Parts: sequence; structure tokens; C-alpha cells
Amino acid sequence: MRYCSSLVYLRITHVEGIFLLTKGYCTIRRYYDMRDEMENKRQIYLDNAATTRTHPDVVSAMLPYFSLHFGNPSSLYSIARTSRTAIEEARRKVADALGADEKEIFFTSGGTESDNWAIRGIASAHGKKGRHIITTAIEHHAVLHTVEALGKEGFEITYLPVDEFGMVSPESVEEAIRPDTILISVMLANNEIGTIQPVQKIGEIAKSHKIFFHTDAVQAIGQIPVDVRTMNVDLLSISAHKFGGPKGVGALFIRRGLRIDPLLYGGAQEQKRRAGTENVPGIVGLGAAIERAATLMPEKADRMVKLRKRLIEGLLTIPESRLNGHPTERLPNNINIIFDYIEGESILLLLDANGIAASTGSACTSASLDPSHVLLACGLPHEQTHGSLRLTLGEETTEEEIDYVLDIVPKIVQRLRDMSPLTPKKLRTR
Amino acid sequence: MYSETVMDHFNNPRNQREISDADGIGEVGNQKCGDIMRIFLKIKDNIIEDASFQTFGCGAAVASSSMATEMIKGKTLEDAWEISNKAVAEALEGLPPQKLHCSVLAEEAIHAAINNYLEKMGLQPWEEGPGSCTGCGGCATE
Repeated sequence: MRYCSSLVYLRITHVEGIFLLTKGYCTIRRYYDMRDEMENKRQIYLDNAATTRTHPDVVSAMLPYFSLHFGNPSSLYSIARTSRTAIEEARRKVADALGADEKEIFFTSGGTESDNWAIRGIASAHGKKGRHIITTAIEHHAVLHTVEALGKEGFEITYLPVDEFGMVSPESVEEAIRPDTILISVMLANNEIGTIQPVQKIGEIAKSHKIFFHTDAVQAIGQIPVDVRTMNVDLLSISAHKFGGPKGVGALFIRRGLRIDPLLYGGAQEQKRRAGTENVPGIVGLGAAIERAATLMPEKADRMVKLRKRLIEGLLTIPESRLNGHPTERLPNNINIIFDYIEGESILLLLDANGIAASTGSACTSASLDPSHVLLACGLPHEQTHGSLRLTLGEETTEEEIDYVLDIVPKIVQRLRDMSPLTPKKLRTR
Repeated sequence: MYSETVMDHFNNPRNQREISDADGIGEVGNQKCGDIMRIFLKIKDNIIEDASFQTFGCGAAVASSSMATEMIKGKTLEDAWEISNKAVAEALEGLPPQKLHCSVLAEEAIHAAINNYLEKMGLQPWEEGPGSCTGCGGCATE
């Protein structure tokens, strides 16, 4: 009887499976139709540092794990084993992309959780040994606000300065180290200005002092080579949606043998280190996305660098404009430029009216009205931090789009400069 | 995030020019905060015959300046003085909470321009009423 009902059950799931896959196909079809529609309206997406489009191949890989292979990976029956296998497959892909071992990859809900876990987990497990943490002034808020919270709990935090290009010097790391330093956290590449940090050297310094070293690599994956061994890192954070994966999933690399406390307590998932039923479709998406990103990276990076050069050179022909960040040591897809006498949010609104999606470090786009901490750390005076424009290219960005942007931006800058009381006469057209 | 009226005044700002022979000019805000508003007035027989603006700032700042100049044109100085930041924000069909200081800036700029005119005429500048937002400026809390 039991055998019989399970047969019936299997039959239904099979039929349903075909139905669901058909529906999945329709969803993807609809996506392409929507995309065509958007393209007709001329939508140019240049905010890939904020998030990327989940690649349709990644979505296809994920779809069966919603309604077809929905089993809880911790369970024993066959549909659960399918989920378990899928997770381990994704883990292998992430490990391969980072030069790590599968046992060193732990899935999380994203970059923010990974950063929180790395820092809090080390602080909690090694707080008895020392209470000093070194980080930089230009970290993402997921790191900065976490160490600030630890500061209130009795930890001492050193925020390393950066030079005008947003670069941390390894010497400053060496100098900041104290006998009670337990953790150094320096991002691999900055999200606003794209500056790539000398992480390998900092890693060597940390290693020689036997201090744990964490790097937030969220912006770097799929753009520059990332290898946990050559970089000498103990902990590394990644987030799927920054390289064509879905939102709400990421991973933390934890070097084998490293003692770290959990951030989330509960079940025995992830080697008893990160509780909570695994986000199976998300993890599958992360695996598919990172494998794809790693394969395409060399070719993509070359293309990005060429497009970036064209865009930067074109934009810098606008008088009284400057590039933020490092001229060469920067992410292939990052452009961050300041235009004097105008304000960033106004630039964004006019870009949007012309079908271009971009970003700014301007205070006026944030609820807090605080100007960009990154630009301030690079030594820009307060009053100059308002007019920055960040354009971050993606794999879909075309030369034609760059030319369109180069046609539109000077017009917008001129329009706003004509409106601004700060603009000198020589830059006005009226 | 912005109302249609805000977007309309941002995309098609009214009175966005310099009046070279203005009778009163008021400038408020500072670059550090990210907003500077300058209002120009042409005044005849106590009536604002023409008003214009230059603004460095976000969409809400531009729209507030544009709306404010529209609202004071044709009014007596007394009536123009009474236009509050709230009235500007309401005319724009509301502003996001963190952008309300832009409408405050518009009220302050009108007051500064009127007082600049009065001073030029050798008259006593008017004082801010008790309910005024002057000094708040949005950035004062920084």
C-alpha cells in the first residue's frame, strides 16, 4: 500500500515537474520579451556595482530547485538528496573559483552576513586574546558598522587612512599592528571608486604576525583573479548578485582549522557553523553564476578595460572634471568622476530621464544626507563630494551604449552648470 | 520617490535664469551641505514683478526654487514673505522627509532676497517670525 501511494506520488510530481518546467520556460520567455521591450525604450544599465541582472542561464539552473527538487537538504529521502547534491556541487564551484577547498566554503545570505560573521565571529572566538581590530576608512558599511558596534562592546578599532587614489599602504598596516591585534579587515576592491587594494602584501604581513586577515571581495569576483592562497587571506566574503547570481545569497571562505564562532545559532547546517535551512535555489544560482563569471572573466575584463578607457577619456574632456580612484589599479568596470559645481542626484535624475541608470556618492541620494565616506577619506573636501557620478559597466555593456552616454553626459553637466550659482562665467552657455 | 509636480519642475524649471539688474538677491545654503539657492527679485511699487533663481542641489532643491519663484511673482512683498516652506512643499505635492529642508531653503532664500532689497532701499530688514524655520537649514544638525 505504501509502495503504491509513493508510486502515485512520484507520478504526480513527474507530471507537475513537466508542468513547472514549462512554466519556467514561459517565465524566461517573458523575461526576454520584457527585455526587448526595455531595449526599445533604450535602457542603459550602468550600475552593475549595485547589482547585476541575474543571468537567464543562472535562473534556468535555479528553477528546478523551487518546486521540483524542493526537499530539505538535511533530510534523508531521495528528493532531499537531490538538494544536498546540488548544494555540494555549488560548493565545489565556489571553491574552484576561489582556489579554496570545498570544506572551506560556507553559504550565507549575502555579502553583509559574510562580513558580519567574519568580524563578529573572530571577535567573539578570539576576544580573550586581544581586543584590537584594524580596518580601513573606505570599507563597505557592512564592515564599518560591524566594527563600530564592536567598538561599543569594548574593542578598539584602527581605521587606516588611504591616499588620494583610495589605496591603503601595507606599511600603514604594519605600523598599526599591536600585540593585542586579532583581526585585519581590508576590502579587495572598493565599491565606489573601484580601487584594488594590495591585499596579497597585507595578507603576508598579517600572516607573519599571526593575525587573522579578512577581505571583502564582494566587488572583485568575476572582475579580477581571486585566489585565497596567493592572497594569504583567512576569511573572504562574496555575494552572488554582484556577478550575475541571485540576490540574498553569498558565501564566506573560512580557512581550514580557523576557529570562529557562529553568527546565527540553530540547526547543524554548514558544519554546525551557520544554522538555518539552506537557500537551495539561491546556492545553486551562486554556484552557476560564479562558475560562469570565472570562465568568462579574462575575456570580459579585457573588454571592460577598453570600454572603461573610452568612457573615462571621453568624460574627462568635460572641463573641471576629475577621476576618483586609482588610474590603473581599479576594477575593470568602475568609472567614478566628479564634475565641479553640480550635484550628483540631479545628474542621476537627468540620466534616468535619458534612459541611463547610474549611481552617485552624493549625500542627497541617501536618507542620512552624509556625503560619501570613501571620497572624504580620499581627501576630497566636503563641498566636492556632492558631484560624483559612478558608472559601473556590465557584461552586456556595448560600445554603442558608451558612445550614447558620452553624448548625453556633457549635455546634462552643461545644463546643471548653467543652473548652478557656483559655475564660473567661462563655463556658462547662458 | 518624487511627485510628478517635483519632477515636472525639475525637468522644466520655471524662471531659471539670472536677472542681471535685480533689485534684491538672496543666497542661502552652503556647498558643504550640497544645496545653494540664489533668488533674484525685480520689484516695482512693493510688488514682485519678476523672480528667478539659480540653484546648486538635488532634484528637490531645484523644484523648490522653481515653485517658490512661481509663487511669489505678482505678490506684494508682505504676501511673498508669508509664503512658508510648508506652502512650497504642498504646492509640490509633498517632498520626501529628508528633502523637506529644500523647501525651507526656498523660504529662506525669498526672505534673504526681500531683505536685501529693503537694505538697498535703506529700510529696516524684516525679522523672522517665531514660527520660522530659519536656522534649521537641514544641515544644521550635522
